[in-house]
This record gives sequence, C-alpha cells and structure tokens, in this order.
Amino acid sequence: MKKSVEELMKIRQETLKKMELRENDAHCRIVVGMGTCGISAGARPCLTAIVDEVNKRGLSNVQIVQTGCVGMCRLEPMFDVIIGDKKYTYVDMTPEKSRQVVVEHIVNNRVIHEYTIGEEEKE
Amino acid sequence: MRDISLHVLDIVMNSIKANATLIEITIIETTSKVSVTIKDNGQGMSEDYVKHVLDPFLTSRTTRKVGLGIPLLYQNVKKTAGEFTIESKLNQGTLVKAVFNKNHIDCIPLGDMEATIITLITLEPKVDFIYRFKTCNEEFVLNTLEMK
Ligand SMILES: Nc1ncnc2c1ncn2[C@@H]1O[C@H](COP(=O)(O)OP(=O)(O)OP(=O)(O)O)[C@@H](O)[C@H]1O
Ligand SMILES: [Mg+2]
Repeated sequence: MKKSVEELMKIRQETLKKMELRENDAHCRIVVGMGTCGISAGARPCLTAIVDEVNKRGLSNVQIVQTGCVGMCRLEPMFDVIIGDKKYTYVDMTPEKSRQVVVEHIVNNRVIHEYTIGEEEKE
Repeated sequence: MRDISLHVLDIVMNSIKANATLIEITIIETTSKVSVTIKDNGQGMSEDYVKHVLDPFLTSRTTRKVGLGIPLLYQNVKKTAGEFTIESKLNQGTLVKAVFNKNHIDCIPLGDMEATIITLITLEPKVDFIYRFKTCNEEFVLNTLEMK
C-alpha cells in the first residue's frame, strides 16, 4: 500500500462528511455500474477518475454511488448522471472520457451526447 | 477478471448487496500462495442455495439471467489448482475463501488492492471494513471500526 492507514481513514471520514452534506441538497448524482460486468470492463479506474476529478474541482454537491448490473453488460463501463429530473446514461466509458463528462456535463452543463445512449437503444 | 483485486471488489459488492455492515477482507501472500478471504455479516444464504452458488444460472438479480461473480472467481482459482470454499448462514453472513497457487502459469496477478480498498471506502463509507494484508515482510491493517 502506498497510502497509510491514516490517509485511508481520512478519505473515509471526508466521504462520510460529504455524504451528510449532500443528503438534502445533492445537486448531481453519478451512479456507476459496479456489477461483475462493470468491474471486469473497467469500472474501477473510471470511478477513481470521477472521484479524483470531482475532488480536484471541489464539486461538493456531487454524490457518487454504485449500482449493480442494469442488464446492458456490453455497454459497460457505464454510469448515469442525474441532475434534477434529467438522467443521461454514459456508456463504454474510459477514465479519460469519465473526466470529460465531469468537466463538460457537470461543470459546464453541456451533455456529451456522443457518449450517451438514448432510450431507444436500451436493450 | 484481470486480477485478484478486481475479484475482491466484485465479491465484496455481493456482501454490500446482502446489506452487510461489517466486511473483513484478508489477503495473505506467501512465496507460493495468495490466500483471500472475504467475510461479511450480511443476510447470508440458505444451505440449499449456497450449494448451487457455483452454478451461473443461480442469481438473485433480475437484470441478467446469470450470476457471474462467484463462478468467475472459482474458475480462476481452479486454473491454478487452488482451493475455493464458500460458507454461509441465513441471517448471519457469508465467508468466501480463495487460495491461488501463485507459481502456476495461469495464476492472475494480485493487482491493485489499494485501488479496490479506496473504491470501497468511497462508495460505501457507512460500511465498516477490516482489511488485512500480510506478506512475509509486510503487514498492513485497516480497521474502520477504530475510527469512531
Ligand atoms: N455475500 C453474499 N451474501 C448473500 N448472498 C450472496 C452473497 N454472495 C452471493 N450471494 C448470492 O449468490 C448469487 C450469485 O452471486 P454472483 O456474484 O455469482 O452473481 P450476482 O452477484 O448475482 O451477479 P454478478 O456478480 O454477475 O453481477 C447472488 O445473486 C446472491 O443471491
Ligand atoms: Mg456478484
């Protein structure tokens, strides 16, 4: 382990703190697919990239959660970005694309349509 | 699954889905073996159910007809002529143990356990984790119960 126990505890403590803050006024939710299909397709590095980008930019009202397989295994890694009552599903993600989504969609409010999947394409 | 640390993440996701509040992950690496145990206090499985858990056609999920996590781990362990056991008690918890023979040509690498642990504590900060990692010259213990 490169990180010490103290550092890991700190990460957890800060996540808990943020969680409490966000529970009432989360502006944005990112729901990452963490079923077996997602994990084997590369969900972990995407999640790490999202967390890093969100923290680096100090986006305190973004909530990051996981979900299991949603039945579209070949489109993994995937995640939903939910802002208000609008939900967009990003598919076939990489860590780099995930960072772009945080910057463009969440910070600049510009959905990256070429990475999303429309209702009609869902299996 | 490319490496052991990804299997660990995946198996722990089962524990989380089973509403575990305490999950113990132990990895012991010797010169010839990597032994992985994941113990949770989640809802567990009945005796009958756990007997069939290696069968991919057994799953409680509704989005896909097959459960892949456990069969894939079993496959990767068996490829190294290793050992795999799963014990479970309804309403008490589950224990998954996998021992890989490291020197076997088909053994997958350990991978990035730190990334797995960080992923788990950031996604599930309310769940308690005890993570123990031990090799012949290193020992690491993270116990989130000690945080309160
Ligand atoms: N720790 C656990 N506690 C309780 N039940 C479990 C646990 N692990 C597995 N199970 C049960 O065994 C089933 C099979 O698990 P497995 O990981 O193989 O597939 P899955 O989780 O259903 O789907 P996938 O892992 O492919 O996303 C699960 O659906 C669940 O019902
Ligand atoms: Mg599973």
